[in-house]
Amino acid sequence: MTTETLRTTVTAGRTGVITWARIRPLVIHVLLAGSALVMLYPVIWMVVSSLRPGNEIFRDPGILVKDLRIENYRVGWHALTEPFTRYLLNSAVVVLGSIIGNLVSCSMAAYAFARLEFRGKKFWFAIMLLSIMLPIHVVIVPQYILFSNLGWINTVLPLIVPKLLATDAFFVFLMVQFIRGIPRELDEAARIDGCGKASIFLRIILPLMVPALATTTIFTFIWTWNDFFSQLIYLTDPHMYTVPVALRSFVDATSESSWGSMFAMSVVSLVPVFLAFLVGQRFLIKGIATTGIK
Amino acid sequence: MSALGELGSLRGKKPVGQKKDNLAGYLFLAPWLLGLFLITIGPMVASLYLSFTDYNLIQAPKWIGLENFSRMLSDERLHNSLRVTFTYVFVSVPLQLTIALLLAVVLDRGVRGMAFYRSVFYLPSLLGSSVAIAILWRQVFGTTGLLNQVLDVIGIHGKGWISDPSTALGTLVVLNVWTFGSPMVIFLAGLRQIPTMYYEAASVDGAGVLRRFVSITLPLLTPIIFFNLVLQIIHAFQSFTQAFVVSGGSGGPSDSTMFFTLYLYDRGFGNFDMGYASAMAWFLLVIIGVFTAANFFASKYWVFYDD
Repeated sequence: MTTETLRTTVTAGRTGVITWARIRPLVIHVLLAGSALVMLYPVIWMVVSSLRPGNEIFRDPGILVKDLRIENYRVGWHALTEPFTRYLLNSAVVVLGSIIGNLVSCSMAAYAFARLEFRGKKFWFAIMLLSIMLPIHVVIVPQYILFSNLGWINTVLPLIVPKLLATDAFFVFLMVQFIRGIPRELDEAARIDGCGKASIFLRIILPLMVPALATTTIFTFIWTWNDFFSQLIYLTDPHMYTVPVALRSFVDATSESSWGSMFAMSVVSLVPVFLAFLVGQRFLIKGIATTGIK
Repeated sequence: MSALGELGSLRGKKPVGQKKDNLAGYLFLAPWLLGLFLITIGPMVASLYLSFTDYNLIQAPKWIGLENFSRMLSDERLHNSLRVTFTYVFVSVPLQLTIALLLAVVLDRGVRGMAFYRSVFYLPSLLGSSVAIAILWRQVFGTTGLLNQVLDVIGIHGKGWISDPSTALGTLVVLNVWTFGSPMVIFLAGLRQIPTMYYEAASVDGAGVLRRFVSITLPLLTPIIFFNLVLQIIHAFQSFTQAFVVSGGSGGPSDSTMFFTLYLYDRGFGNFDMGYASAMAWFLLVIIGVFTAANFFASKYWVFYDD
């Protein structure tokens, strides 16, 4: 590779001839940048269109803005039963509860699987791995019946309580993988100093697994924020709508003229995901690379 | 190691000769175990029972034996939803993985700005499952949507891609392919694991780019390809949000985007036909299980483990 480049540079420098080896990186960059642009163009266009007056959405495929208008945002914010603030808050509550639930319950289970020896461990571990692949549809009907008997429909409980019980098993797996990488000598040293299982977990393992906790936080944030199926089923009262459910009721309620405000609110709903991506991409990429979760 | 690899290697491991801490183990496992029984296994058993009943949430479930299942045999809409789902899964997943693999290979060859491209290509995977993007898709592929506006510029008069039953499913396939970023990142991590000396040796022997890809990259990457294939197929079978929002909740036009999951939702939560919906859910589980098992079985013939 190096000799090849060297040779090309020398030849090119001497004769000024453009060789394939020399322009190849450029061609690759043009192709990559081109496909990246094609992929993101619709999203960029949506952002731009949300800042244009109403019907432009159906006329202007370009992404140049002449005058910036925020009227779509003003209209969209109040277009549904409740102001959009309400839906953002509802989503925030669900997301926050889910994050706390996943962090606490999954790290506990992961510690047990990675560090403690107990009867039936292999069996439970296999069950845990299998449960990652279980489609939610198989349990959703009885879960719905259970939660409706408990009077939990139109509350955030059906969305948060399962997380407190570590039903998002991917994160258990992710954390098990991480804890296995922490040297056992540290546990051993703490044990000799008189630490029990609980304080080894709290004082040694937890502080060292912060990167895994960060990955869990960011994935939980994005998945819960985007989650639609369970929120659609459990939240039917417009006051309790979360952002995705509210957006979708917007689709039902709209005529052509309100596409602008629908775009505006869609953009609002994507901003937190985008920010989480910017802040946490290091953890996200690491997370999917090591566990292969979506 | 991936979750799939773990599962395969569970049998082989010997227990470490260590003192047992049963109490501590089960205490730390308690929340998960509680969730397993209350939120997962309990409901699974209940839904298995409900699949043999007629139940509308109000009256007590009535045992009807195999009637739900025989009804599935003659339910034309269900057959259609299976066709739609299979088409979606078996068109979009191979396309998505091929693109993911190609881009991963290109990016792995030391392109400058690799991290930037990786991020840009990965972003749609995070956005793709949102209602907002489904709304965008509804507009982009609509009669006066972005795609047709662009086509207009070059003089082509496009149709309403979403309102036409022959292309509506295609727009959802495009959407799934659009989220190729996460398998791509997994491929990239796999490519990193291939020792460079293999390539160096092949180069010395005079192997070209294509030859090295076919003889080194592909065989050594088969475990990752297999892993992505299993995962994306399972995932695609359960796809719901996009079809639901793009079709306005109807699975239309003419049931052309009526995924199995949409039909299940329609039966269970649209008509409160909970017994039938439970039977459908178990059928879905069996389908996914069969395809996953078939995948594992077939993997013996094409997945290469470099041990």
